[in-house]
Amino acid sequence: MIRLCVHKRYEPPGWSAPLIFFAAVAVSLGIGAAFLAIQGKPAVAAMLLLIKSAYFSVWAIEDCLIKAVPIFLCSLGVAIAFRLQIWNIGAEGQYALGALGATWTALTFPELPWYLLLPAMLLGSSAAGGLWGLIPGLLKVRLRANEIIVTLMLNYIGILFLDYLVYGPWKDPASFGFPMTRNFPPGAVVGLIGNTRLHWGILICIGAGLACWIVLRFTRLGFELQASGENPRAAVYARIAYDRLVVLVLVSGGVLSGWAGFLEASAHLNRLQPSIVAGYGYTAIVVAWLARLNPLSIAVVSFLLAGLRVGLEILQLDLQVPAAFGQIMEGLILLTVLAGRFFSSYRFAWRRGTA
Amino acid sequence: MTIEVVVPILAATIQSGTPILYATLGEILTERAGVLNLGVEGMMLVGALAGFLTARMTGDPVLGFLAGGLFGALLAGVHGLVCLGLQGNQVVSGLALTIMGTGLANYLGTPFDGQSVTGFHVYAVPFLSRIPLFGPVLFTQDVLVYLSYLLPLCLWIYLGFTRWGLALRSVGENPESALAAGLPIAGYRWIGVLAGGSLVGFGGAYLSLAYTHLWTTGLSAGRGWIAVALVIFAFWRPWRAMLGAYLYGGVMAFQFRLQAAGTHLPSSLLLMLPYALTIAVLVFSSWRGRGIGAPAALGVNIEPPD
Repeated sequence: MIRLCVHKRYEPPGWSAPLIFFAAVAVSLGIGAAFLAIQGKPAVAAMLLLIKSAYFSVWAIEDCLIKAVPIFLCSLGVAIAFRLQIWNIGAEGQYALGALGATWTALTFPELPWYLLLPAMLLGSSAAGGLWGLIPGLLKVRLRANEIIVTLMLNYIGILFLDYLVYGPWKDPASFGFPMTRNFPPGAVVGLIGNTRLHWGILICIGAGLACWIVLRFTRLGFELQASGENPRAAVYARIAYDRLVVLVLVSGGVLSGWAGFLEASAHLNRLQPSIVAGYGYTAIVVAWLARLNPLSIAVVSFLLAGLRVGLEILQLDLQVPAAFGQIMEGLILLTVLAGRFFSSYRFAWRRGTA
Repeated sequence: MTIEVVVPILAATIQSGTPILYATLGEILTERAGVLNLGVEGMMLVGALAGFLTARMTGDPVLGFLAGGLFGALLAGVHGLVCLGLQGNQVVSGLALTIMGTGLANYLGTPFDGQSVTGFHVYAVPFLSRIPLFGPVLFTQDVLVYLSYLLPLCLWIYLGFTRWGLALRSVGENPESALAAGLPIAGYRWIGVLAGGSLVGFGGAYLSLAYTHLWTTGLSAGRGWIAVALVIFAFWRPWRAMLGAYLYGGVMAFQFRLQAAGTHLPSSLLLMLPYALTIAVLVFSSWRGRGIGAPAALGVNIEPPD
């Protein structure tokens, strides 16, 4: 009798990561298409339209880059925590708080020139976003409170706080009752690059991405994160200050997500309104994991998943596919990638005999 | 306060706590088998929508409730496939499940947003409902609430006093010894995942069929995550889950009462209460418990033998 057996691979083959990623995306698109077909929508045409309107025009590419900015920053923020096996699910709330911090600064000091106001807003968003990372960090190291729950609850609280401000004290009296703040003064708006629709915030992304890559790859800190993530107990024996690392990754994750909120409010919306909360923080978790927590891959995957959102806007208009289709696809892709990694960590062999 | 004010608040406390109780008990069962499933929020939403749609199509709320459980288990089955079958990371798979489940419910529920359904109604238990105070609070509810009174008892007996329950727990504590003792460890983990998932789905169906009698986008509003936190608060024990769920029910009932009474506090600040309480409760139980009751092999996959 011949039986199929699985064996652990000790060295996953190098080709496996990108192959699994694209195979998983293909499988997910297939499942998504089947899902649309069941509903009587033209499945193949829809998928082609999705891909075409996401990546195949200058306008679309610009849109992808604009949406990739917040996803990328939030994703970097959660990825550094995931390296330490700290599950920061709080990017969404930290992003909201960052937007609040930046908006408060802009509305409080509207007369400052841009070269003072923009750095001040960056600082304000860092402080607010960082605070939203500091709380779960301190609760984790002092009281062993589970960071998954705390960061998640802080998402709800942060978003409700944002709602409270834009529906209440910060509401523009001239907004005809719409929940939004006044438009930012010109000095509080991050400008556009040349004739494109892209804003200079992309420089912040490039800087943050490079900095994270260097820290994770070449410094002692990066090594400590990796080592402690794989085995926290061993890290303590190696005299790595594990608790300080936990607080550090959560606070810096909060700061990075906070910057995303700052850029979205300043460069994209030019004010604060509830629609700023668009699920980027959750997409960021998917991105971080798909990119295997590598900053450079995060840039690529952020762009690709931003395309899903861009393409869906067209699908919504042309085929009345609800926006939630994007969430389904994100969840599906993540699940299929997780499942697919089995094939890079294990190999199959046929074996004779019974056991 | 007079009894006329207290009784409705207490009755609402039980009702608001019931969906969370179902979900918490489900997650306790899953985690006791050693599997962490963070997809509770997604499973609840899918269960709520499945219950709503089935009840609407068939006109039978009981079928709807069963459909909620079935779809909760189906979604949990995806988690089982990825983690038990293919060694995926349990935290990430659960998060993906929440994202996908939320998306599915929002997508399929969009055409029905705000529409109502004939669900479960109050059925006063003969005799028992006449007891002063306890009668109107505990025994003037819908049948699903009465069912939820029995569930902690069943789960307590199953986990503590039956062979199968002890076997399931041993798989969650120490899979290697359970395997050495000849137990079908994967089978028990699957039972924990699927049965737990169906309880979570029931909790979701309770939301649409008994609590609100309608479908709205984002109906569960974080209750799934609250259930995950309550598992820690309950130290993985069914009776304490009941205590925790009604604590939440109380806060939610109180919050609605305040809103209805027309307080000066803005609603967004009031809505924060349950989430802030979750953090407080979690901090308290982590500080008091220091991880008491957590299954030792929680979240750890069983690798296939080489």
